[in-house]
Amino acid sequence: MKITFQVNGVDREIDAPPMKRLLDVLREDLRLTGAKEGCGEGECGACSVIIDGEVINSCLAPICQMQGVKLLTVEGLSRDGRLDPLQQAFLECGAAQCGICTPGMLISARYLLDANPRPTRDEIKEAIAGNLCRCTGYVKIIDAIDRAASTIA
Amino acid sequence: MKSILSVSSCGFVDDFLRIEMAVGQNVLRKEGFEKLTGAARYVDDIALEGMLFGKTIRSRIPRGRIKAITFDPDYDWSRVVIADYRDIPGENYVALIENDQPLLAETEIRHCEEPILLIAAESKHEAEFAARHIGIEYEESHPLLTIEEALNRDEIIYGSDNIFKSFLIARGDVDEGFKQADHIVTGEYRVPHQEQLYIETQGMIAIPGKDSLTVMGSMQCPYYVHKAIKQLFKLSDEQTIVIQTTTGGGFGGKEEYPSMIAAHAALLAHKAQRPVKMIYDRAEDIAATPKRHPGVIRHRTGVMSDGRLVASEIDIVFDGGAYATLSSVVLSRGAIHAQGPYRCDNVRITARAVATNTPPNGAFRGFGAPQVAFAYEMQMEKIAAELRLDPLDLRRANMLREGDITATGQRLNWSVGSEDVLNAAVERSGFVGKRRAISPNNNGSKRRGIGLSFFFHGAGFTGSGEAKMKAQAGVEITPEGRARVLSGSTEIGQGTRTIFCQIVADELGVNYDDVEIEEPDTSRVPDSGPTVASRTCMVVGRVVQLAARDAKEKLIRFVAERFGEADVKLIAGWFTARGKRLASFGETAREYANLHGDLRVYACYANPPGVEWDDDTYTGDAYPVFSYGAEVAEVEVDMDTYEVTALKITTAQDIGRAIHPTLAAGQIEGGTLQAVGYGLFEELVWERGRIVNNRLTNYIIPTSLDAPEMETIIVEKEYPHGPFGAKGVGELPMDGAAPAIASAVFNATGAFMTEIPITPERLLKALENMPAPQSVDNHDQQ
Amino acid sequence: MIYDPTAVTPSNLGEVYELLAERGRRAKIIAGGTDLMVALNAGSLDAKEFIDIWPLNELRGIDDEGATIRIGALTTYTQLIKSPLIQLSVPALVEASRTVGAIQIQNRGTIGGNIVNASPAGDSLPVLAAFDAEIEIGSIRGVRSMDFNRFYTGYRQTLMEPDEILLAVRLRKLKSNERSFFFKVGTRRAQAISKIVMAVKVGTTGAVIDSIGVALGSVAPTVIRARQTESLLTNSTLDATLIERARRTISQEIAPITDVRSTEHYRRTVTGNALAKVLRLLT
Repeated sequence: MKITFQVNGVDREIDAPPMKRLLDVLREDLRLTGAKEGCGEGECGACSVIIDGEVINSCLAPICQMQGVKLLTVEGLSRDGRLDPLQQAFLECGAAQCGICTPGMLISARYLLDANPRPTRDEIKEAIAGNLCRCTGYVKIIDAIDRAASTIA
Repeated sequence: MKSILSVSSCGFVDDFLRIEMAVGQNVLRKEGFEKLTGAARYVDDIALEGMLFGKTIRSRIPRGRIKAITFDPDYDWSRVVIADYRDIPGENYVALIENDQPLLAETEIRHCEEPILLIAAESKHEAEFAARHIGIEYEESHPLLTIEEALNRDEIIYGSDNIFKSFLIARGDVDEGFKQADHIVTGEYRVPHQEQLYIETQGMIAIPGKDSLTVMGSMQCPYYVHKAIKQLFKLSDEQTIVIQTTTGGGFGGKEEYPSMIAAHAALLAHKAQRPVKMIYDRAEDIAATPKRHPGVIRHRTGVMSDGRLVASEIDIVFDGGAYATLSSVVLSRGAIHAQGPYRCDNVRITARAVATNTPPNGAFRGFGAPQVAFAYEMQMEKIAAELRLDPLDLRRANMLREGDITATGQRLNWSVGSEDVLNAAVERSGFVGKRRAISPNNNGSKRRGIGLSFFFHGAGFTGSGEAKMKAQAGVEITPEGRARVLSGSTEIGQGTRTIFCQIVADELGVNYDDVEIEEPDTSRVPDSGPTVASRTCMVVGRVVQLAARDAKEKLIRFVAERFGEADVKLIAGWFTARGKRLASFGETAREYANLHGDLRVYACYANPPGVEWDDDTYTGDAYPVFSYGAEVAEVEVDMDTYEVTALKITTAQDIGRAIHPTLAAGQIEGGTLQAVGYGLFEELVWERGRIVNNRLTNYIIPTSLDAPEMETIIVEKEYPHGPFGAKGVGELPMDGAAPAIASAVFNATGAFMTEIPITPERLLKALENMPAPQSVDNHDQQ
Repeated sequence: MIYDPTAVTPSNLGEVYELLAERGRRAKIIAGGTDLMVALNAGSLDAKEFIDIWPLNELRGIDDEGATIRIGALTTYTQLIKSPLIQLSVPALVEASRTVGAIQIQNRGTIGGNIVNASPAGDSLPVLAAFDAEIEIGSIRGVRSMDFNRFYTGYRQTLMEPDEILLAVRLRKLKSNERSFFFKVGTRRAQAISKIVMAVKVGTTGAVIDSIGVALGSVAPTVIRARQTESLLTNSTLDATLIERARRTISQEIAPITDVRSTEHYRRTVTGNALAKVLRLLT
C-alpha cells in the first residue's frame, strides 16, 4: 500500500503492508529511529509521536490509517542542529539518564506545552503518565518540562 | 562555576588563569546531546547489510528431558539457519563463576525458558513463523519451585543438597549474648523476585569476521561478554571484539545476561556467516532473563531494655534459580549487610543460596542488600514496637559510628556519614513533629503515616574481589591536545563518561571540554572490571585519576626539561613556572607526540593500605568503605481500597563526594523509585515455574502519577581513597524505600508487614488478621 | 507462507455494510487499534483481513437529542473528556474516560471499541450499564437498537452478528434529581487495568432513593448490574444501617475471581467499601 504523509514538515511516500505498525515504518522505512519499542502494547510510551496534533503510541497505529497525516517525531524538534527549549531544558536539568524514554517524553511534553503553555506540576505529571521511565524517578523530567514552560512563555 | 585563582610559588597571583573546576559542577554531559535528538544509536537502531534476525526456542517445562525435536516438513527449512549445542566450537557453557550454565540445552532441562535452539531468518516475522513449525517433546519430572521445596529435598536438582553456596559470619558469642539480653525479638521476612525493567530490552548484533567475531549491543560489562565469547568460539583476546552500544538502562539486568544473548547471536552469525541481530520483545525479556533473588530472612535479636542490641542471629535463604550464575556473590553481599548499620558484639549470620527449577536469578541493583535491608529495618521496627522504644532513638543507640566494628570485624576507619544522614533526613522531613501529630485515633477513611529507614551499602567488590581484579584504566594524551580516557566501564544512564572526564580534567589541570573518552570497545580499552557494585566512580574513577596523575607527571617532566624549569605546574590548560606561562597543553601534547610517540598511561587498582580480607574465615574489611543512607517516607493509606500512596520521600545519602551533583541526585531519585516499586507495586506471578505476568500491562512499575515527591540531600563525608573523596552511589538508594514505606504503613494502620510488595490485597489480609481494635499497644506511640 | 494482513478502507458506511456482508466472518473491523494492535503485536490475533473504519466521520459526533445524547462509535475518550455536553449530562463517563490508560490511549481509543472488545474490565461499560444505555447496530439488513444490558452473553461474547457494526450508543441525560458516580481501583494511578470498576446512577428525593443503577466491571465474566443490591436500595431511606446492608449484599451478590491482578476476597471487600463510600456521599 502506498501512503503519502508529512513527517517533520517533509512530504514522504512509502510503500508498506497496510497493517505494518507506524513505529516500524518510521524506524525501518524512514530510518527515523528516535521512536523506540519498549513494550509493543501501548504501556511504556517510548514510541510516542504526534499525528495531526495528537500524541499517540505509534506501536498501536497501522500505517493504512496514516494517509495524509502530519507527523511530528523527536527528530523534528531541533532545527539546524540546535536544541529546542524543551530539549535544552532536559539537558540542563539532567532529565535524560539512559535516554531511551527521552524521545517519547519530549513528544508528550511538546503535546502538553502546545495545549497548555503554563502547566502546573500536577498537569505535567498527568501529561507524562503514559511514558514510563526507570532511571530518573521522573523528578528531573518534571523539573525540565516546568523549566521549559517558563522559558518558552 | 567555582573557580580558583592560581598562585605561583612566588606568591604572585596570575589573575588571567582562572581554573574552572569540573568536579562538583553540573557540567554538560558528554553523552547528552544525541539522547535528546533521537540520534543516539541503541542496538535495535542499527541495521547492517545482509543482517539476519535471530530468535530463541525455549523450554516450556520447568524440569525434564527433551525426548524429540521435530521440524515440520511443510516448512522450507532452507530459508533459515538453525543452530543447536552441537554447533558450539568451544565448550557448552557461559563463562561466569561456576560455569555450570549451558549456552544451549542438550537434553536436560532445568527451568522454563531454558534456551534450546536458535533460528536466524531474513526477517523477524520469518523467524517467528519458522519457530511455529518446530515441535519439542518433553519428558517432564517433578520440579522444585520454591525455597521450601528446595530445602525439603524431595528432589535433588543441584549438587548433593540443592545448595549452591553457604556462608557463615560469626562474631563474639551469640548464646552468651542471648543469656544477657532483657528481651528477645524474632521476626521472619519475605522478599520477592523483582524485574529490572530497563526500558530498552536485551539486544545484540554479532558480526562474523575472517578470523574474528565482533559483538555489539546493550550491556554493562564488555569484558564479561568477551570472556564468554572467547571460550565458546575458541578465539584469542584480539580475535574477540565486544562493543557496547548506547544502552537503555541496565540496573544489573545487563551484567551477566548479555553474555548469553551475545553468544546466541554469535553462534547464528558464525553458522550463517552473516551478521545476526537478536532483540528480545518485552514478553521474552521478562520471562527468560535473571531477576532479583527472592528470599526468606529470619532474625532473632537479643536486646537490653534500653535498646542496645546484644545478640543477633540471622538466617538468610535466597532462591538462586536453576544455575549458580551469580548467586554466591549476591548471597555474600546479602550476608555481609544483614546486620545493618548497627553495632552488635555477638552476631551469627548463616546464609544459603538454593537451587530451584526457575530461570536463574542474578544481578539487580543492590545485589542482596535491599533484601536484607528490608529485613533488618523491619526487625528494628519490631524491636521498637515490642519494647515500646522510639524507633529513632533505637537507631541512634545502635548505629555504627567511626571507629566501630562491623559483623565481619571491620573497623570503620573513614568516611562514616551515618549520623549525618540520619540527622539530615529527620530534620528536613520534620519526622519527629509529624510522627507525634499522627493521632492514635487515626481512623478516618484515609490514614497518614510516617516511617523511617536507615541503611548502608559497601562500595566496590566484596572482600578480596577488587584486589584480585586489579581494575585497569588509562589516559591517552593525543597529538591534538586532548586527553582521552580509556576504560572498559560503561555508561548506562548514570553518567560514567561524564564523571571520568571531570575527574581527568581536574586531575590533569585542563578544561573539561578538552577531555574525551574512548568508545567501550574491548579492542581499544582495558578491562576496568564490570560496571556494577557501585564501583565505577569510587574504584575505576580512582584508577582513572591515578592514570591522569601519572600522565601529568610525565608531561610536567617533559616541559621542565624543555624549558629548564624546576617547578612546573599544569593549570587550566597551561604549563607554568614561576608565575609565567611556558606552553599550552595542546602544544605540549603535539611536541611530545612528535618526539616520543603516543603518550598512553595505565594505572591499576589497589586497595588502600590496611584493607585486609580473609576469604576462608569471611572476616575483615568487607569493603574499603561504606556509603550510608537514611530515608523518611510519608504515606497515605486509603482504608476503603487499601491502596498505599507514597506521598513524599526525604532521603539523605552520604556518597563521599558528588562528582556531578545532578547526576548523583538522579541516581538517588531513580533508585528510590525502583525501591518504591519493590515495596509497593512489583510482583511476578508464577504458575508452575513460568511467569504469567510478563508484560507491561501486568508487571507494574510506577508511572509519574505513582511517584512520590522526593527531597534528596547529598551528604559528603569524603573518602580519602576515592577520586576527590567520592565513594559509591549507584546501589545505596535501592536499600531504603521499601522498609521506610512499610514503617510508615505500620505507623498509619498498625499493620506490620513482613512481606513486600505491600499490595492492597496483602494489606487487606494483614489488617483483617490484626488482633482486635486499634489499640495503642500496636503502635510505638510514646 | 507468511502473510501480511490486508486492510481495506471503505469510504462510507454503505461500503462497510457490503464488506461485512461479504467477509464479516473473517475480517476484523479496526478503529483506533488500542486493543486489536496489542493482540496483533503479541501474535494472539489470528486475523488476516482488516476493515479500517477510522476515517468514517459518519460514526463520529456527540449529538444532543434533548433528553438523550447520542455518541458515535468512533468517539474517542479524549473527545468525551473534552465535551461540555458529556461533562454536564453524563459526568461519570468523563471520569471513566480519564482513567483509561493514559493520554496516548485516550486519543485513539474509542467508546465503540470499548463496547465491542467486550472485556469485563472495560472502563466505560459500567457507566453505560448503569445508565441503561441503548446501542445502535447497523448492517446491510438495516439498523437496530438494543438494550446495552442485554448485549453481553458471556465472557467476551456479544449479540453482534458477523455482518454488523456498532454505530452509536445512546444515553439518557441526568435529570435534576439524579447524580452519577464512577469508582475504579486499578493496579496503579495510570495505565491501569481495573481490579474493580463501578458506576452508579442514582435519583433521590430527600433521603429516599427513587431509582438506582449500580454496575460493576472486573467482578464477573461481563459487566453486570447489581440487581439485588439495587432492589434493596430502591424506595428505601438512606441511613447508616441501609448502607451497611447494601455493602454486605453487593459483596455477596458478585462472583469475582482471583487472577493475575487481584484476589476474589479483595474484590468482594472493596466493591462493598466502594458502594458504601458512594452512598455516604448522598447522605
